Amino acid sequence: MTNTYIYILVAAVVSTIIRVLPVTLFRKPIKNRFIRSFLYYVPYVTLAVMTFPAIIDATQSKISGTLALVCGTVAAWFNMSLFKVACICCAVVFISELILV
Amino acid sequence: MKTFESNSKKQVFIEGIRDGFPIALGYMAVAFSLGIIARMANFTPLQGFVNSFLNHASAGEYAVYTVVAAGAGYVEMAIMTLVVNARYLLMSTALCQKFSSKTSMINRMLVGFSVTDELFAITIKRPGFIEPLYNCGAFLIAALGWCFGTSFGIIAGELMPLRLVSAFSVALYGMFLACIMPEARKHGIVAVLIIISFISSYIAFRVPALSHISSGTKTIILTVIIATVAAIAFPHPEVEDDD
Repeated sequence: MTNTYIYILVAAVVSTIIRVLPVTLFRKPIKNRFIRSFLYYVPYVTLAVMTFPAIIDATQSKISGTLALVCGTVAAWFNMSLFKVACICCAVVFISELILV
Repeated sequence: MKTFESNSKKQVFIEGIRDGFPIALGYMAVAFSLGIIARMANFTPLQGFVNSFLNHASAGEYAVYTVVAAGAGYVEMAIMTLVVNARYLLMSTALCQKFSSKTSMINRMLVGFSVTDELFAITIKRPGFIEPLYNCGAFLIAALGWCFGTSFGIIAGELMPLRLVSAFSVALYGMFLACIMPEARKHGIVAVLIIISFISSYIAFRVPALSHISSGTKTIILTVIIATVAAIAFPHPEVEDDD
Protein backbone atom coordinates (compact mmCIF):
# COMPACT_ATOMS: atom_id res chain seq x y z
CA MET A 1 0.00 0.00 0.00
CA THR A 2 3.07 2.31 -0.04
CA ASN A 3 2.32 3.12 -3.67
CA THR A 4 -0.80 4.93 -2.47
CA TYR A 5 1.60 7.70 -1.43
CA ILE A 6 3.03 7.77 -4.94
CA TYR A 7 -0.48 8.34 -6.34
CA ILE A 8 -1.01 11.13 -3.79
CA LEU A 9 2.35 12.65 -4.72
CA VAL A 10 1.66 12.52 -8.47
CA ALA A 11 -1.71 14.23 -7.97
CA ALA A 12 -0.17 16.77 -5.55
CA VAL A 13 2.63 17.72 -7.95
CA VAL A 14 0.20 18.19 -10.86
CA SER A 15 -2.35 20.16 -8.84
CA THR A 16 0.34 22.36 -7.28
CA ILE A 17 1.82 23.15 -10.70
CA ILE A 18 -1.66 24.05 -11.97
CA ARG A 19 -2.24 26.39 -9.03
CA VAL A 20 1.19 27.95 -8.71
CA LEU A 21 2.37 28.29 -12.31
CA PRO A 22 -0.12 30.99 -13.39
CA VAL A 23 0.61 33.33 -10.45
CA THR A 24 4.34 33.08 -10.98
CA LEU A 25 4.65 32.89 -14.77
CA PHE A 26 1.63 34.51 -16.38
CA ARG A 27 1.85 38.14 -15.43
CA LYS A 28 -0.54 39.01 -18.26
CA PRO A 29 -4.07 37.75 -19.02
CA ILE A 30 -4.51 34.92 -21.50
CA LYS A 31 -5.74 36.55 -24.70
CA ASN A 32 -6.53 33.50 -26.81
CA ARG A 33 -10.29 33.31 -27.07
CA PHE A 34 -10.48 29.55 -27.59
CA ILE A 35 -8.26 28.71 -24.61
CA ARG A 36 -10.15 31.11 -22.36
CA SER A 37 -13.51 29.69 -23.43
CA PHE A 38 -12.24 26.12 -23.07
CA LEU A 39 -10.89 26.79 -19.56
CA TYR A 40 -14.17 28.47 -18.67
CA TYR A 41 -16.28 25.47 -19.72
CA VAL A 42 -14.03 22.70 -18.35
CA PRO A 43 -15.06 22.90 -14.65
CA TYR A 44 -18.78 22.76 -15.38
CA VAL A 45 -18.52 19.88 -17.82
CA THR A 46 -16.14 17.81 -15.71
CA LEU A 47 -18.14 18.28 -12.48
CA ALA A 48 -21.36 17.41 -14.31
CA VAL A 49 -19.80 14.25 -15.77
CA MET A 50 -18.52 13.23 -12.34
CA THR A 51 -21.89 13.86 -10.67
CA PHE A 52 -24.12 11.81 -12.92
CA PRO A 53 -24.67 8.87 -12.97
CA ALA A 54 -22.26 8.46 -9.98
CA ILE A 55 -24.75 10.05 -7.55
CA ILE A 56 -27.41 7.40 -8.23
CA ASP A 57 -24.83 4.62 -7.83
CA ALA A 58 -23.53 5.96 -4.49
CA THR A 59 -26.73 5.37 -2.54
CA GLN A 60 -28.47 2.16 -1.50
CA SER A 61 -31.43 2.90 -3.73
CA LYS A 62 -31.32 4.51 -7.18
CA ILE A 63 -34.51 6.40 -6.38
CA SER A 64 -33.01 8.13 -3.33
CA GLY A 65 -29.93 9.09 -5.37
CA THR A 66 -32.16 10.54 -8.09
CA LEU A 67 -34.15 12.49 -5.50
CA ALA A 68 -30.90 13.88 -4.05
CA LEU A 69 -29.83 14.96 -7.55
CA VAL A 70 -33.13 16.75 -8.19
CA CYS A 71 -33.33 18.45 -4.76
CA GLY A 72 -29.62 19.37 -4.82
CA THR A 73 -30.01 20.88 -8.29
CA VAL A 74 -32.99 22.99 -7.20
CA ALA A 75 -31.22 24.15 -4.01
CA ALA A 76 -28.03 25.03 -5.91
CA TRP A 77 -30.06 26.76 -8.64
CA PHE A 78 -31.40 29.12 -5.99
CA ASN A 79 -27.84 29.92 -4.90
CA MET A 80 -27.92 28.11 -1.58
CA SER A 81 -24.48 27.71 -0.03
CA LEU A 82 -22.27 24.69 -0.63
CA PHE A 83 -22.84 23.54 2.94
CA LYS A 84 -26.65 23.77 2.71
CA VAL A 85 -26.82 22.00 -0.65
CA ALA A 86 -24.64 19.17 0.65
CA CYS A 87 -26.81 18.84 3.77
CA ILE A 88 -30.04 18.84 1.76
CA CYS A 89 -28.74 16.02 -0.46
CA CYS A 90 -27.76 13.94 2.59
CA ALA A 91 -31.10 14.57 4.32
CA VAL A 92 -33.10 13.64 1.20
CA VAL A 93 -31.27 10.33 0.89
CA PHE A 94 -31.58 9.54 4.58
CA ILE A 95 -35.30 10.29 4.77
CA SER A 96 -36.27 8.64 1.47
CA GLU A 97 -34.30 5.50 2.35
CA LEU A 98 -36.20 5.17 5.62
CA ILE A 99 -39.19 4.43 3.39
CA LEU A 100 -37.49 2.79 0.39
CA VAL A 101 -34.94 0.45 1.95
CA MET B 1 5.57 52.48 12.65
CA LYS B 2 6.82 48.99 13.09
CA THR B 3 4.18 48.11 15.69
CA PHE B 4 1.48 49.55 13.48
CA GLU B 5 2.64 47.39 10.60
CA SER B 6 2.79 44.18 12.62
CA ASN B 7 -0.61 44.97 14.13
CA SER B 8 -2.24 45.37 10.75
CA LYS B 9 -0.52 42.21 9.53
CA LYS B 10 -1.94 40.33 12.46
CA GLN B 11 -5.34 41.81 11.75
CA VAL B 12 -5.24 40.70 8.10
CA PHE B 13 -4.33 37.18 9.20
CA ILE B 14 -7.21 37.14 11.71
CA GLU B 15 -9.61 38.40 9.03
CA GLY B 16 -8.53 35.47 6.90
CA ILE B 17 -9.28 33.05 9.72
CA ARG B 18 -12.66 34.71 10.34
CA ASP B 19 -13.72 34.45 6.67
CA GLY B 20 -12.30 30.95 6.40
CA PHE B 21 -14.24 29.61 9.36
CA PRO B 22 -17.66 29.03 7.72
CA ILE B 23 -15.81 27.52 4.76
CA ALA B 24 -14.03 25.16 7.15
CA LEU B 25 -17.38 23.95 8.53
CA GLY B 26 -18.72 23.22 5.04
CA TYR B 27 -15.45 21.54 4.09
CA MET B 28 -15.57 19.31 7.14
CA ALA B 29 -18.97 17.89 6.12
CA VAL B 30 -17.97 17.36 2.49
CA ALA B 31 -14.54 15.97 3.40
CA PHE B 32 -16.29 13.51 5.70
CA SER B 33 -18.19 12.21 2.69
CA LEU B 34 -14.92 12.12 0.73
CA GLY B 35 -13.39 10.09 3.55
CA ILE B 36 -16.09 7.46 3.14
CA ILE B 37 -15.10 7.13 -0.53
CA ALA B 38 -11.40 7.09 0.46
CA ARG B 39 -12.05 4.18 2.80
CA MET B 40 -13.48 2.19 -0.12
CA ALA B 41 -10.14 2.73 -1.91
CA ASN B 42 -8.39 1.37 1.22
CA PHE B 43 -6.89 4.67 2.31
CA THR B 44 -5.70 4.96 5.92
CA PRO B 45 -6.76 8.05 7.94
CA LEU B 46 -3.19 9.38 7.64
CA GLN B 47 -3.12 8.89 3.87
CA GLY B 48 -6.46 10.69 3.62
CA PHE B 49 -5.10 13.55 5.74
CA VAL B 50 -1.95 13.90 3.63
CA ASN B 51 -3.93 13.70 0.38
CA SER B 52 -6.38 16.34 1.62
CA PHE B 53 -3.61 18.71 2.68
CA LEU B 54 -1.57 18.40 -0.52
CA ASN B 55 -4.44 18.29 -3.02
CA HIS B 56 -7.22 20.16 -1.18
CA ALA B 57 -9.71 19.78 -4.03
CA SER B 58 -12.94 17.81 -3.81
CA ALA B 59 -12.98 16.66 -7.42
CA GLY B 60 -9.21 16.24 -7.47
CA GLU B 61 -9.20 13.98 -4.42
CA TYR B 62 -12.22 12.09 -5.63
CA ALA B 63 -10.18 11.45 -8.79
CA VAL B 64 -7.32 10.08 -6.67
CA TYR B 65 -9.66 7.67 -4.88
CA THR B 66 -11.32 6.41 -8.07
CA VAL B 67 -7.97 5.98 -9.85
CA VAL B 68 -6.45 4.09 -6.91
CA ALA B 69 -9.60 1.98 -6.47
CA ALA B 70 -9.51 1.09 -10.18
CA GLY B 71 -5.78 0.29 -9.93
CA ALA B 72 -5.03 2.55 -12.90
CA GLY B 73 -1.58 3.91 -13.73
CA TYR B 74 0.29 7.04 -12.63
CA VAL B 75 -0.05 8.64 -16.05
CA GLU B 76 -3.82 8.37 -15.86
CA MET B 77 -3.57 9.81 -12.34
CA ALA B 78 -1.63 12.83 -13.66
CA ILE B 79 -3.94 13.48 -16.64
CA MET B 80 -7.05 13.03 -14.52
CA THR B 81 -5.73 15.53 -11.94
CA LEU B 82 -4.90 17.96 -14.72
CA VAL B 83 -8.41 17.76 -16.16
CA VAL B 84 -10.46 17.87 -12.96
CA ASN B 85 -8.30 20.65 -11.50
CA ALA B 86 -7.99 22.64 -14.74
CA ARG B 87 -10.33 25.25 -13.32
CA TYR B 88 -7.64 26.25 -10.79
CA LEU B 89 -5.43 27.22 -13.72
CA LEU B 90 -8.12 29.69 -14.69
CA MET B 91 -8.58 30.92 -11.11
CA SER B 92 -4.85 31.39 -10.50
CA THR B 93 -4.62 33.23 -13.79
CA ALA B 94 -7.39 35.53 -12.63
CA LEU B 95 -5.63 36.05 -9.27
CA CYS B 96 -2.31 36.97 -10.86
CA GLN B 97 -3.97 40.18 -12.03
CA LYS B 98 -4.64 41.19 -8.43
CA PHE B 99 -1.09 41.06 -7.06
CA SER B 100 0.87 44.15 -6.13
CA SER B 101 4.19 44.27 -7.96
CA LYS B 102 5.84 44.28 -4.51
CA THR B 103 4.50 40.82 -3.58
CA SER B 104 7.40 38.38 -3.34
CA MET B 105 7.61 35.18 -5.37
CA ILE B 106 7.25 33.01 -2.24
CA ASN B 107 4.05 34.81 -1.24
CA ARG B 108 2.65 34.49 -4.76
CA MET B 109 3.35 30.76 -4.66
CA LEU B 110 1.68 30.41 -1.26
CA VAL B 111 -1.45 32.18 -2.50
CA GLY B 112 -1.43 30.00 -5.63
CA PHE B 113 -1.09 26.83 -3.57
CA SER B 114 -4.05 27.84 -1.39
CA VAL B 115 -6.48 28.24 -4.31
CA THR B 116 -9.74 26.30 -3.94
CA ASP B 117 -13.17 27.22 -5.34
CA GLU B 118 -14.29 28.89 -2.12
CA LEU B 119 -11.00 30.56 -1.15
CA PHE B 120 -10.76 31.93 -4.68
CA ALA B 121 -14.25 33.36 -4.27
CA ILE B 122 -13.45 35.20 -1.01
CA THR B 123 -10.09 36.42 -2.38
CA ILE B 124 -11.72 37.88 -5.49
CA LYS B 125 -14.41 39.57 -3.38
CA ARG B 126 -11.81 41.40 -1.26
CA PRO B 127 -11.04 44.87 -2.60
CA GLY B 128 -7.50 46.00 -3.46
CA PHE B 129 -4.32 43.99 -3.89
CA ILE B 130 -4.10 40.43 -2.60
CA GLU B 131 -2.76 40.25 0.96
CA PRO B 132 -1.01 36.87 1.23
CA LEU B 133 -1.49 36.73 5.02
CA TYR B 134 -5.27 36.91 4.56
CA ASN B 135 -5.10 33.88 2.26
CA CYS B 136 -2.79 32.03 4.64
CA GLY B 137 -5.23 32.56 7.52
CA ALA B 138 -8.23 31.45 5.49
CA PHE B 139 -6.36 28.49 4.06
CA LEU B 140 -5.08 27.28 7.44
CA ILE B 141 -8.51 27.12 9.05
CA ALA B 142 -10.23 25.75 5.93
CA ALA B 143 -7.53 23.10 5.46
CA LEU B 144 -7.91 22.01 9.09
CA GLY B 145 -11.62 21.34 8.50
CA TRP B 146 -10.88 19.64 5.22
CA CYS B 147 -8.05 17.35 6.44
CA PHE B 148 -9.66 16.30 9.72
CA GLY B 149 -13.00 15.82 7.96
CA THR B 150 -11.37 13.35 5.56
CA SER B 151 -9.69 11.41 8.37
CA PHE B 152 -12.91 11.31 10.41
CA GLY B 153 -14.78 10.04 7.35
CA ILE B 154 -12.29 7.21 6.89
CA ILE B 155 -12.46 6.27 10.58
CA ALA B 156 -16.21 6.72 11.12
CA GLY B 157 -17.20 5.25 7.77
CA GLU B 158 -16.25 1.90 9.22
CA LEU B 159 -18.36 2.33 12.35
CA MET B 160 -21.40 3.98 10.80
CA PRO B 161 -24.53 2.09 9.82
CA LEU B 162 -25.01 1.60 6.08
CA ARG B 163 -27.98 3.95 6.15
CA LEU B 164 -25.80 6.89 7.27
CA VAL B 165 -22.94 5.99 4.91
CA SER B 166 -25.44 6.06 2.07
CA ALA B 167 -26.77 9.48 3.12
CA PHE B 168 -23.34 11.06 3.64
CA SER B 169 -21.99 9.71 0.38
CA VAL B 170 -24.02 12.24 -1.63
CA ALA B 171 -22.61 15.33 0.18
CA LEU B 172 -19.76 15.47 -2.32
CA TYR B 173 -22.13 15.48 -5.29
CA GLY B 174 -24.18 18.17 -3.54
CA MET B 175 -21.02 20.26 -3.42
CA PHE B 176 -20.42 19.69 -7.13
CA LEU B 177 -23.99 20.78 -7.86
CA ALA B 178 -23.50 23.91 -5.72
CA CYS B 179 -20.44 24.76 -7.83
CA ILE B 180 -22.08 24.41 -11.25
CA MET B 181 -25.75 25.35 -10.93
CA PRO B 182 -25.46 29.08 -10.07
CA GLU B 183 -23.47 29.60 -13.28
CA ALA B 184 -26.03 27.53 -15.22
CA ARG B 185 -28.71 29.90 -14.01
CA LYS B 186 -26.73 32.93 -15.23
CA HIS B 187 -25.68 31.48 -18.59
CA GLY B 188 -28.11 29.29 -20.51
CA ILE B 189 -25.28 27.72 -22.46
CA VAL B 190 -23.76 26.33 -19.25
CA ALA B 191 -27.14 24.79 -18.34
CA VAL B 192 -27.34 23.16 -21.78
CA LEU B 193 -23.76 21.86 -21.44
CA ILE B 194 -24.54 20.35 -18.04
CA ILE B 195 -27.53 18.48 -19.49
CA ILE B 196 -25.43 17.28 -22.44
CA SER B 197 -22.71 16.19 -19.98
CA PHE B 198 -25.23 14.27 -17.85
CA ILE B 199 -26.61 12.44 -20.89
CA SER B 200 -23.22 11.61 -22.45
CA SER B 201 -21.86 10.53 -19.10
CA TYR B 202 -24.86 8.29 -18.52
CA ILE B 203 -24.34 6.66 -21.90
CA ALA B 204 -20.57 6.33 -21.38
CA PHE B 205 -21.00 4.69 -17.98
CA ARG B 206 -23.91 2.41 -18.94
CA VAL B 207 -23.10 1.09 -22.43
CA PRO B 208 -21.53 -2.37 -21.91
CA ALA B 209 -19.24 -1.95 -24.93
CA LEU B 210 -17.44 0.91 -23.09
CA SER B 211 -17.11 -0.89 -19.76
CA HIS B 212 -13.43 -1.73 -20.29
CA ILE B 213 -12.51 1.98 -20.30
CA SER B 214 -11.77 3.27 -16.79
CA SER B 215 -14.04 5.92 -15.29
CA GLY B 216 -11.15 8.40 -15.09
CA THR B 217 -10.42 8.07 -18.79
CA LYS B 218 -14.11 8.47 -19.60
CA THR B 219 -14.25 11.69 -17.56
CA ILE B 220 -11.17 13.05 -19.33
CA ILE B 221 -12.41 12.18 -22.82
CA LEU B 222 -15.92 13.51 -22.27
CA THR B 223 -14.64 16.76 -20.71
CA VAL B 224 -12.16 17.48 -23.48
CA ILE B 225 -14.67 16.72 -26.26
CA ILE B 226 -17.62 18.64 -24.80
CA ALA B 227 -15.58 21.67 -23.65
CA THR B 228 -13.72 21.86 -26.99
CA VAL B 229 -16.93 21.76 -29.04
CA ALA B 230 -18.52 24.35 -26.73
CA ALA B 231 -15.46 26.64 -26.87
CA ILE B 232 -15.53 26.56 -30.69
CA ALA B 233 -19.30 26.86 -31.12
CA PHE B 234 -20.04 29.22 -28.22
CA PRO B 235 -17.00 31.28 -27.22
CA HIS B 236 -17.62 32.55 -23.71
CA PRO B 237 -19.35 35.96 -23.94
CA GLU B 238 -17.15 37.61 -21.30
CA VAL B 239 -14.10 36.87 -23.41
CA GLU B 240 -15.22 39.37 -26.04
CA ASP B 241 -15.71 42.13 -23.49
CA ASP B 242 -12.08 42.00 -22.45
CA ASP B 243 -10.53 43.06 -25.76
